[in-house]
Amino acid sequence: MEPHYPLFYTFHFYLFGVIALASALAFVTRRSPVAAALWLVNTMFSLSALYVLLDAQFIGVMQVLVYAGAIMVVFLFVIMLLNLGHPAEIADRRGRWAVLGATVVGIILLAEVMFIGRGDLAKKYEVPRGFAAEQLQKFGAVGTIARPLFNEYLLAFELTSVLLLVAIAGAVVLGRRRDGAPRAR
Amino acid sequence: MLAESLALSAALFTIGVVGVLTRRNAIIIFMCVELMLNAVNLVFIAFSRAYGAAGQVFVVFVMTVAAAEAAVGLAIIIAIYRHRQTVDLQNINIMKG
Repeated sequence: MEPHYPLFYTFHFYLFGVIALASALAFVTRRSPVAAALWLVNTMFSLSALYVLLDAQFIGVMQVLVYAGAIMVVFLFVIMLLNLGHPAEIADRRGRWAVLGATVVGIILLAEVMFIGRGDLAKKYEVPRGFAAEQLQKFGAVGTIARPLFNEYLLAFELTSVLLLVAIAGAVVLGRRRDGAPRAR
Repeated sequence: MLAESLALSAALFTIGVVGVLTRRNAIIIFMCVELMLNAVNLVFIAFSRAYGAAGQVFVVFVMTVAAAEAAVGLAIIIAIYRHRQTVDLQNINIMKG
């Protein structure tokens, strides 16, 4: 039996869920890349509100800082660097058959995932009352993540730093100009 | 709230897939992939409520990988733009054979 939630909580959960969904729909239908990016930022903000409602406060903050604050700003930088703001010359959709096919694929995928979510899965994994709240009481929002991150997942955490190093090196190598004469040699 | 979270995540993921299939702008396709990653993160968070903090740790990893992916992918897009003067995938078909 899932714990009973107060009306305030349910209302805000549905509110932010609807905002996230509407922003995502607006995001895929905008022609201009800048407008699309800003709608995606809106989706990420409402998702971060949902994370806070689901007792993951630290992840909610990270969502705003890393996703909306860093990654999307890089996207906007690139859009404006390449001067892609003109909807007429870019952001055209594919042909009619591709759109039709994508719609069919989308409906099938949505039906499948909804079936999985609606079926036994959601009922089998019942939420024990106050589990996350208990964790939060004991360790705090940061400690809840930090304890497993630096105990069980320490190796993965260290490997992540190698991944970031490789990504930085790759971005520098790919972004370097090749055609002109090398400046420093 | 678990069932609602799963349904919302499924809808967001599907929107991302449809976006990837229907758009031609490489940057918008890239942002659709980010939307799909966000949908998966929502599932992780929803389940972490019942199963402890491991789901939240995975979300941190997914965010890191997304950041690395964005850096490398956007560098590739800039390199392609420098080469072909476009990011329209219709015109970048050299590997189609």
